[in-house]
This record gives sequence, C-alpha cells and structure tokens, in this order.
Amino acid sequence: MEIAQHHLEIHNLSLNFGGVQALNRVDLKVKRGSLFSLIGPNGAGKTSLINCISKFYEPKEGKIIFNDREITHFRPHEVARCGVSRTFQNIELFKGMTVLDNLKLGRHIHLRSGPLAGMAYLGKAKREEKELEEFIDREILGFLGLTPIKNWVVATLPYGLQKRIDLARALSSKPEFLILDEPVAGMNREETQDMIKHILEIKKAWGLTVLLIEHHMEVVMNISDWIVVMNFGEKIAEGPPEAVQKNPEVIRIYLGHSYMEGQQGREGKS
Amino acid sequence: MNLLVQVLIAGITIGSIYSLIAIGFVLIFKSSGVINFAQGSLVMVGAFITYAFVTQFKVPILLSILITFLISGAIGMIIERFVLRYLTGVSLISIIMVTMGISFIMDGGALATWGSSNFTFPSLFPPLSLLLGGIKISSIYLWSFITSILLLVVFLLFFKYSKMGLAMRAAADNQKAAVTLGISPRKVLSLTWAISAVVATAGGILLASISALHVNLSYIGLIVFPVVILGGLDSIAGAVVGGFIVGVLEAVSGVYIAPLLGGAFQQVAAFAFLLIILLIKPYGLFGTKEIERL
Repeated sequence: MEIAQHHLEIHNLSLNFGGVQALNRVDLKVKRGSLFSLIGPNGAGKTSLINCISKFYEPKEGKIIFNDREITHFRPHEVARCGVSRTFQNIELFKGMTVLDNLKLGRHIHLRSGPLAGMAYLGKAKREEKELEEFIDREILGFLGLTPIKNWVVATLPYGLQKRIDLARALSSKPEFLILDEPVAGMNREETQDMIKHILEIKKAWGLTVLLIEHHMEVVMNISDWIVVMNFGEKIAEGPPEAVQKNPEVIRIYLGHSYMEGQQGREGKS
Repeated sequence: MNLLVQVLIAGITIGSIYSLIAIGFVLIFKSSGVINFAQGSLVMVGAFITYAFVTQFKVPILLSILITFLISGAIGMIIERFVLRYLTGVSLISIIMVTMGISFIMDGGALATWGSSNFTFPSLFPPLSLLLGGIKISSIYLWSFITSILLLVVFLLFFKYSKMGLAMRAAADNQKAAVTLGISPRKVLSLTWAISAVVATAGGILLASISALHVNLSYIGLIVFPVVILGGLDSIAGAVVGGFIVGVLEAVSGVYIAPLLGGAFQQVAAFAFLLIILLIKPYGLFGTKEIERL
C-alpha cells in the first residue's frame, strides 16, 4: 500500500463556542516527516485546532484525516491509539507518580493482553515489563537527560524539568505524530536551546512528524519546514519560513515591525 | 486486660472490613468526584444475594460468593453506565441526590424481596481458633480479619503494579494526560464502579457472617463517612487507616463508654471523634490540602 504523502490533512474545519467562532474553515496539510508550525496571536485558534485533532473538542464541521483515515469522530483515546501524541501548554502529568511511572503508562496503547492475562502469564508480563523499562531508559530518559531523576515524584520537580517530562510522557506511547503546544514557553535561553535540541534529535531518530505551536519566533523560523499563520480562527498565510517572514499581512498582524527590523539588523551584521 | 484485648481484636476485625468498604467509596470519589451514598446499599444487597444463592438456590457457598461478585460488579457497571454517565458536569449535590435515590431503590427492593427479619448467614469458613496469650480468638473474627487483610493487600498490589491499576490511578490523577496515552476514561470508570461494588459485597458478606443479615446492613454506608473523612476523601491509605480507627473506636466505646453514658454510644463515637479530628486537621488525616483560589 502506498503511504500517504500527507500525514495529517484537515479540510474545512470549523469550531464554535456558543456564538464565538473559534475556527473558521481551516484547511491544512502536514507532510510526513516534516516540522510543521502553527503561529499567530493569542486567541487565534491554534490550541483549539490541535484540541480538535486530539478530539478534546468536537468540530462543528470539516474533516480530519490521519494516515488516509478519517478520524473526525474518533474518541480522544482512539486518536492516541492511532499514533498521535501531544504535550500541553500547562503541563499535564500524573503529578503524584514518579517520572518512570508516568512514562510506563504510555504502554497502554500497545497493550495486547488484558489485565487478567497479564496476571495469568506472570513470566511474560515480567519480561514485557523489563523490555519496557529498557526502552524507556534507553530511548526516552537517556535521550532527554532525565535518567538521574527517574524515580522522583513529578510534583517535586521544577517547571523546566516538568516541561521536559511532559515531552517524555508524550513520547512514551511511541507516537509517529507529535503535537507540541508551546514546548519552550516560560523557559530561559539555555533551557530553550536544550529543549529544541532534544526535539530535533528525537524527531530525526524516530522519524516523527511534528506539529508545533510556539510564540518564540526565532525558534519557529529556525526549525520549521512549513508554517501556517492563524488569526481570529482563520488561516491567513502559509509557506516556508522565509516566505512567511516576508509576508506583509503576517508582519502587520503578528510579527510586528520591530521583529522585522531586528531580523534585518542581524542579516546586516552577518 | 483480657476484656480489653478481646475488644481490640473485635475492633480491628470490624475495622478491617470498614477499610475494605471505604476503599470502594474512595475509588469512586478519586476517579470521578462522585460521593456515592449507595455504597452501604451495595454492601447489604451483595450480602443478600450471596444468602439467596446459598439458602434459596442451594448453591455451594464459594460458588455463591463468586456469582455474587460477578452480579454486584455488573450492578456497579450498570449504575455507572446508565445513570452517572449522563450526569457529567451536573452539580455535586444533584449527583449525591441521585446516588441516594439509587440507595433507596436498592434498600426498598431488598426489603420487598427479603423482608425485615434477621437472617443467620451461612458459615463461610471451617472452624479455626487461635489461642493468643491465653485469650481465645473466635473463628469468625480470625477468618474475617485474614480475608479482609488479604483483599486489602491484593488491592494494594493491583494499584501499585498492574497495568490496569496504574491506568486507573493515572486517569484519576490527570484525565487529559491519561487520554493522550490511549487510556479510555469510560472503561476506567466502569471498572472502578465494578471494583467498588465487589469490595462492598465482600465487606457485606463478612459483616453479615459476623453479626447477622438484615436490611439495615445498608446503614453501614453512614459509618463509611467518618472512615473516609478521617482518612481524607481521596486517600486509599487513609481509608485503610480510618477504617481501623473507627472499628477500634466503636468497639472500645461500646464496652467502656456506653455503659457510663447509657444508650448505644458506640454508634456515635466515630462521629464524635471525627468532629475533633476535623477541628484539628480539616482535610482529614491523609487528605490532599485543597486551596481554592478566587
């Protein structure tokens, strides 16, 4: 079977909250293996859009197609089982559990045997458990530099680390499509650089498609393959970073002239 | 001295059963925020179903218990599926009213079916007695204690190590994150109700075999409140500790304080103690402190 070139397609998606039009006929296509960014002012509908994809919101009309399969009316956990994982703007973790337990939950997607079978075949369950822990240790904790704190309870850790654990949690289900909602919000420069490095490394190693929402323009312009700009629930522009940066409408609405002057200044120097 | 030890043993045994019943209550509260006033009725109805199978249908007792567990698990799932699922987003007071309604229906149903007389519960266990420092512990207490402790341990292991247990804890902790990991909140909730109903039934069977079986066994639902509020509504460990405290408190006050005050002081002892504890620790002994920001 031919693999769809577009990992995710959204057609004509609209969402209402009472009288408020949160999304208005949005179309987009995310290419497999690309890093796709959504930008726009606060309230533009970026988070609403990804909440429609992960089915926390029910769109009023339109279609969401993932891997050539319509998932518009799936339930949230079913979307997750298709291989879509995500992080949240305000970190969503199991705060009373250890880092490792948080990540172990990702296996639920790949759970073949039920709980009773798990009890019956203790040997098999034990082996699975060991394999799982090895996978988490090697592929996630090691990668993200979280190994030293894997037995800590999440609630006791600082914000920057929790942000990284949220990413680890999203990865724990071995997704093929990763949605990141402001992964570097509230981080300092060093933490931001670390986080971006981790995201790019994981993306490359796992062959992920990444959908990113971020306000940090320098980051977005540097790492994106394709950018969609939104405003008031509508798509107002899209293209590769160079094109979007020069789009006068985008500058007027979102980037602002000072940003452009900053960019030109930098270009002038180099 | 001898009397005190006897009283303590009785208290601890009854307490371990309270813990069991309270765990069911806490599970539901933790995973859905529902305060289940029908927990006591589940206890009573479970015991009656076992009784019916053993004495009316002549089914061997262990098989009867097994069948009862299946039935009460199904009852729990039905309550969740056909009543509470439609009440998401409804105010807590309405949900409480609904669970009270369910409780009345179950109590009324049991009263209509079995009447309001006392029934002697068939004996569950082979006779076994233990002499502890010259004090004889009766068979039923010993067995009840062993059984409820065993069930508590199974519980603990289930939540700590099993995949489903971990998923249930996760869904109670953070539903959004649980869903993104492919955990179905409905399935978890359904299972929670089934487990709660099954432990309630186990508690009911044990209590009925210690004293007697009567429709009023559902009043045990009231004693669950001091237990869980003592321990903190959302703490399983708290429910266990609370159960033991209330059990011992009841037994001790029944023997030592009730004669002084007259009446059945043991029935209110737990509530009196609860008042004192809540004055000192408003969130219970183990509960999460919740700070509401306005």
